Amino acid sequence: MDNLSVWFPARKGIASTFAGKQEWVHAVDDVSFSVRKGEVMCLAGESGSGKTTTARAVLGLIKAKSGIVRFEGNDILSLSKKELRKLRCKMQIIFQDPYESIDPRMSVLEILSEPLEVNKVARSRQEREERVYKALEDVRLLPPREFARRFPHELSGGQRQRVAIARALVLEPGLLVADEPVSMLDASIRVQILNLLLDLREEYDLTFLYITHDLAQARYIGNDIVIMYLGRIMESGPVEEIVSNPVHPYTKALISNVPVPDPTIKRDRIAVKGETPSALDMPSGCRFHPRCPYAEEICRTKEPELLRIGSARYSACHFNDRWIS
Amino acid sequence: MQEGTARAVDDVTFTLKRGETLGLAGESGCGKTTTALSIMKLLPPGGRILKGEIIHDGEDLAKKTDSEMKAVRWKKISIIFQGAMNALNPVLRVGDQVTEAIIEKENATKSEALQRARSLFELVGLDSSRVSYYPHEFSGGMRQRVMIAMALACNPSIVIADEPVTALDVVVQSKILELIKDLQRKLNLSVILITHDLSVIAETCDRVAIMYAGKIAELGNVTDIYKDSWHPYTEALITAFPSIAGEKKRFKSIPGDPPDLTSPPSGCRFHTRCPWQDDTCRNQVPEYRNVSPDHHVACHYSEKIRGKFRGAKP
Repeated sequence: MDNLSVWFPARKGIASTFAGKQEWVHAVDDVSFSVRKGEVMCLAGESGSGKTTTARAVLGLIKAKSGIVRFEGNDILSLSKKELRKLRCKMQIIFQDPYESIDPRMSVLEILSEPLEVNKVARSRQEREERVYKALEDVRLLPPREFARRFPHELSGGQRQRVAIARALVLEPGLLVADEPVSMLDASIRVQILNLLLDLREEYDLTFLYITHDLAQARYIGNDIVIMYLGRIMESGPVEEIVSNPVHPYTKALISNVPVPDPTIKRDRIAVKGETPSALDMPSGCRFHPRCPYAEEICRTKEPELLRIGSARYSACHFNDRWIS
Repeated sequence: MQEGTARAVDDVTFTLKRGETLGLAGESGCGKTTTALSIMKLLPPGGRILKGEIIHDGEDLAKKTDSEMKAVRWKKISIIFQGAMNALNPVLRVGDQVTEAIIEKENATKSEALQRARSLFELVGLDSSRVSYYPHEFSGGMRQRVMIAMALACNPSIVIADEPVTALDVVVQSKILELIKDLQRKLNLSVILITHDLSVIAETCDRVAIMYAGKIAELGNVTDIYKDSWHPYTEALITAFPSIAGEKKRFKSIPGDPPDLTSPPSGCRFHTRCPWQDDTCRNQVPEYRNVSPDHHVACHYSEKIRGKFRGAKP
């Protein structure tokens, strides 16, 4: 797998059928980016930004209205069900809630064997078990045989999330989509899991699509980042650069408002008016304009394009030139 | 399902100063919310205060009956519960929900209460006309402002805020935290801010108590706690907290999981996850001692191991 391109113009989300009116929620609009093999790409944004929708569409879990998702040379969105199923083994997902995402009635062994059985990978029970134990070792649930016998209620939140990761690994995927995998875990466990993901990436040359609203997490684990707002990309590029030197007004405001665990650092906050509107009330022109301190007439009427502003850096603002030092 | 008694809060001591913001920080199950609910005498069924004192205005709240507490709750000490902003009654106008407490506690008439509600709304940055709106017409941040207005309705001197910004977007979070700080100054409030988020504590608190497994591991002013902590748990937690500032590097994580409070570890409750644990730690509960002015820590070896976690390789 070399490059993954994702592109969805105007996506159908919810259709309102009251009074025969058809409404479309543009959950994700014309989003394009590439993820390099073995890298961690963060899809970052606040609630309603479209980051989760984008990731699910990448996996074919939701239907995109249009666009192309290139994975290993194939356009995923145009594959048949059968072809997609085969490809799915190489793309796995880890969800946010370790309490909801694993079946409480199945033992860990059963949970981890299920994907192997469903996809008819590993012919014998012994082979399946071996793969399960290997996955448990990979996520440091040792001894693996002991953990395989347990049920979810016998595990802590962090351990459950390790099981969820093991389940994703058991099919030996190339791409892992992680949707806020540590947001529901305690602070002392978060770094454990983040470090585990980084270790796994190194060991298996995995590619990650990491979704989060937490920019500190994104910085810790990511190589590149895409900042989304109301379904569109506002800015993208290497995570360290974006965090230390944001260009787009939205990114700048976001970063300035992220608190840091250090009382001696005093930061200037950029005040932003209001809150993110609903996607049903999509602002005209630039989606951020009603809240942007620099909005001008053109921002109200014309949607800015995502333009290249540096090597590997992109920003969607009519006044990009003003912000680049 | 596990049966047993969980010692949710064990021998916790602290003082809240007038006009200060005290943080109660810690992970899930550390006892921070239970401590707050105990102060309000609002423990869930099955919970009870076994022993101890809660001195406010010269009286011991722990000894008060429920009907005696009615004169304290909301009027002297109020609380913004975790997730309260999502628990507003959807079929009542927000103004009515705010006036409810005023009418009951202050014996006010409906119109007096409504007037007070309007001025409270202005105080928290909401247009006073919004008293006639329904909860679903407010955004998340605005609903939290309503909860703050409610908490201030009867002029308390202490406000407890339990995870006041956890569910909010970062930009809104900043505004709410600023509002709380602003109100604190204006009204000379004392605030107890409960959260697991160490970056929120750093931004808003004067002093902080780091709790672990029902006990306070360390309590001191916020700069000392973050920059020069005495307890290995505090140090480990702070150094392993992802941040957008500072050096980008791999952090060393604390091994293991937070303990089960129905059968906590013997001796020091943190010993099972502490790199320096020894026999003393396994067998003796460390004393909660005063190590410098206004700084308490519960660890047998603070002096020897301070700063060592930071230097350790990941």
